[in-house]
Amino acid sequence: MKNMKIYLGIGIFAIAGFLLVAADHIDAPAVSGGTSDVTDFYAFQGEDTDNVVFVANLQGLLAPGSTDAATFDENVLIEFNIDTDQDNVEDLVIQAIPRDGKMYFFGPVAPSITGLNSSIMTSATQSSVDISTRMTPVLEQNAGMKFFAGPRDDPFFMDFAQYSDIIAGNATGFDNPGSDTFQGTNVLSIVVEVPKSMVGGSGTVNTWVESKRKQ
Amino acid sequence: MKTIIKTHAFLNDVRKVFAQKTIIIAVATCFAVVAFSCSKEDEITNASETEIASKKGGPFNAVYLQEDQMGRPAVNTVFVSSDSKDLFNVTVPSEQNGLFQSMFQNNLEALSPAYANPGDTNALGLDAATFTGLLATDVLNVSLDGVTTFFDGTNVLTGRALADDVITVELLLIFGGEDFSENPTLSNDNVDANDKAFLSDFPYLASPW
Repeated sequence: MKNMKIYLGIGIFAIAGFLLVAADHIDAPAVSGGTSDVTDFYAFQGEDTDNVVFVANLQGLLAPGSTDAATFDENVLIEFNIDTDQDNVEDLVIQAIPRDGKMYFFGPVAPSITGLNSSIMTSATQSSVDISTRMTPVLEQNAGMKFFAGPRDDPFFMDFAQYSDIIAGNATGFDNPGSDTFQGTNVLSIVVEVPKSMVGGSGTVNTWVESKRKQ
Repeated sequence: MKTIIKTHAFLNDVRKVFAQKTIIIAVATCFAVVAFSCSKEDEITNASETEIASKKGGPFNAVYLQEDQMGRPAVNTVFVSSDSKDLFNVTVPSEQNGLFQSMFQNNLEALSPAYANPGDTNALGLDAATFTGLLATDVLNVSLDGVTTFFDGTNVLTGRALADDVITVELLLIFGGEDFSENPTLSNDNVDANDKAFLSDFPYLASPW
């Protein structure tokens, strides 16, 4: 019996671990569930087809009741990276960092240094938007760009529970219909819409998002 | 310290009222009230960030060190071994292929053993080495010329739209074989859309629950 309990405990722990990992939700131990945990990244053409939209989502799997208590960390910089010459090194960044109820944005601008360390490009185009509450979204425009920061429905969808069962050897395939593990959950979103002319103009760019903590 | 904190709180109130005059007021107040503790750093901060509210968390000028990163969905989750996930998050994209491609290929062939057979490809015509060579550099390619989608049957890796069923696309490319017909119970999670409708205009994501 004792052994069984131990095995059961390990099993539950392992499954719980799997359950919390998805698009990039809680993908690695160092950031797991913390304020720098990037859950998702999207980049797509805007309603105005001259624009492109970047979305960074943080702190996933927020239940509606705990969403109001979730806040952006003033020590965490979120940086959209754009490589315009196909070497996978950022040529432009859009930086977002919160202060006292507002999300401040800098760029798009060529960063002073590339790679794992960043400094904030305070001399670049500066924009800001009030961080939205759950019930009251706030949108802002500046220099041809649009800005939002605050809680949204998590746009990610997947039967992650069943995927985890398959990987753990507890199931042989997906159910039909599946069950969306992210149904009814929120994330903290940063959404920026910028003219394509500011981020390369035409052709293909390579993009990614980073979270960086103040040292 | 108390004096400094109070002074800064006072300054922030002043900033709200006299946004344009803050430089003068801040510097003047700083010298007048706490001249003895007003370091050079403080002066620089006041001068360069006058128009930025910074009640909490302090000024912006600092070094920020990377903790997490993401390009394409689920790449770190699926293809990086458990003990390397943190390292992957702090490896710049230009170095990811060299450090991680072979790990990606081993993990792909473990997940979907057919890939280990010589000549085996997915529906994009990519064999294990080529497919993982593409994925190991974890950036999201975005077209600035038109349709942006992860995969819509025609366009491949031209962006990622909110409604893209990226997980089924990845499952199909991992398990679906040359024509998406193999392993049907593994190549679709049968969750095909979000739980709330997206908006047609900014900010596009649905309102929170």
